[in-house]
Amino acid sequence: MSIDVETARRVAKLARIAVPEKDLPALAGEFNAILGFVEQLGEVDVEGVEPMTGVTPMRLKRREDVVTDGGMPEKILSNAPDAREGFFAVPKVVE
Amino acid sequence: MTLNTLTIAAARDGLRKGEFTAAELTEACLSAAAEAGALNAVVHPTPDLARERAAAAEARLRQGDAPDLCGIPLGIKDLFCTRGVDSQAASRILEGFRPEYESTVTAKLRDAGAVMIGKLNMDEFAMGSSNETSVYGDAVNPWRRQGDDARLTPGGSSGGSAAAVAADLCLGATGTDTGGSIRQPAAFTGTTGLKPTYGRCSRWGIVAFASSLDQAGPMTKDVRDAAILLAAMSGHDPKDSTSADRAVPDFEAMLTGDIRGKVVGVPREYRMEGMPEEIEALWAKGREMLADAGAELRDISLPHTKYALPAYYVIAPAEASSNLARYDGVRFGRRAKLGQGDGVTEMYEKTRAEGFGHEVQRRVMVGTYVLSAGFYDAYYNRARKVRTLIKQDFDRVFADGVDAILTPATPSAAFGLGEMADADPVQMYLNDVFTVTVNLAGLPGIAVPAGLDRQGLPLGLQLIGRPWEEGELLNAAYTLERAAGFVSKPGKWW
Repeated sequence: MSIDVETARRVAKLARIAVPEKDLPALAGEFNAILGFVEQLGEVDVEGVEPMTGVTPMRLKRREDVVTDGGMPEKILSNAPDAREGFFAVPKVVE
Repeated sequence: MTLNTLTIAAARDGLRKGEFTAAELTEACLSAAAEAGALNAVVHPTPDLARERAAAAEARLRQGDAPDLCGIPLGIKDLFCTRGVDSQAASRILEGFRPEYESTVTAKLRDAGAVMIGKLNMDEFAMGSSNETSVYGDAVNPWRRQGDDARLTPGGSSGGSAAAVAADLCLGATGTDTGGSIRQPAAFTGTTGLKPTYGRCSRWGIVAFASSLDQAGPMTKDVRDAAILLAAMSGHDPKDSTSADRAVPDFEAMLTGDIRGKVVGVPREYRMEGMPEEIEALWAKGREMLADAGAELRDISLPHTKYALPAYYVIAPAEASSNLARYDGVRFGRRAKLGQGDGVTEMYEKTRAEGFGHEVQRRVMVGTYVLSAGFYDAYYNRARKVRTLIKQDFDRVFADGVDAILTPATPSAAFGLGEMADADPVQMYLNDVFTVTVNLAGLPGIAVPAGLDRQGLPLGLQLIGRPWEEGELLNAAYTLERAAGFVSKPGKWW
């Protein structure tokens, strides 16, 4: 499987990272090097093997489905690049 | 006396005997750190906070009944969120981020009376093996080759932690390890680094890279200190659903130096083609030392070892692409300057393009690709199946009676900063070839300094333990440490 410039452009878009057009061929090359390296996983017989979801066989703990924290909008917003009137502010989304 | 050169254990005992105060100990580390700008290890010094905590620790010590770490100066990897103190995972995208909360591990250390001297350099988002992807610039290894003043890497991603401990800027440090990020830097700097069993330390409040692999652990001057620091960092945390609800043993009390009758496995698959002779010789020496201590050395096979790195380079980027989706320029950190008419999509794309460094962008995009429709099964699911097989390899040898496994820690000694600049990314990834299996299988692993190469650089051996048996593992490492008698320190040039 070889990654072309078009695929690199699509992946950058999906990842929401602006990649200048001139950098796409080099990026595609790097993807190919990495994916070429992982290609060898194809040699392994994985018939009937369960994909690992968690490394420790352990049942996740449960707790009451109740609010345990909150009521601190100033703290939540204190690191926001732009916050107004108790909300995160972003560029206009709807025309 | 130069108090900053003490081990945690020696400082603990000295504080209790009244030989010096916590304030004096802290000042010694603060001045050592202030003079070590050339190492670029401490990237956000916190002297005021350190002095405040040292004073509080002193009061506690005088009352008696203080925990082991009370008054002990530590460095904290920049990946840990520390309340009111810059915590940016060495990334531009978290510039100016000062959390309103404290990670569970650093809260435990704080509550035990430890004194944070500052935040330590690392690879951006812990993605790297040389500390060269950091927004703060390279951390520098205090060790140099004999007769050569070339700057060497302290390893990565916990490069600042390793450099700070090796150069005596603090008595110990926290690190995190996703594929070898504690053990490889420890091996490169002649220090001790332990990655605990997955779930031993809470991940809450540690900036996430690959959540199924990330574990915090201690980086220290010796094995005893690793036992002390690990005990203080460990324990169940309801805020991390993968943190294990298990008692934390007294690891230090388990350091008896007696490993008679223990079975130590030597995996044949770790004998890599093209492995330097010195690494091979060190490994042989390690086997001999453990055998002399009364352990039974046994050849074992871990047949899927070869596939660990490729599986890792699917799973880790996949998890990273998901974890790093939160850096969107909305809730914290940096937002790119937007142009007229730019909407939210442009905000995301520009923010992430200027906020993430090259290696992070590459891994996020590789992760995006392997998780995308049409490739999920071929890459991500296949890698997770191979991960199951890698874990089964270990399960099998442990079931056969093996107590610990001995391997080299790294395929080479520390290399020069910039030396890998033109290499293929995969070349850099090969640094983790001996360490990454341990993360995939969730096991504890420790790197212990065991000798010097012919250029005078430290080399480390790795011991891998059974899940949850860090105490046994530390005892085997302690035995190896005593037999190796590694006491070399880097000559001070900085």
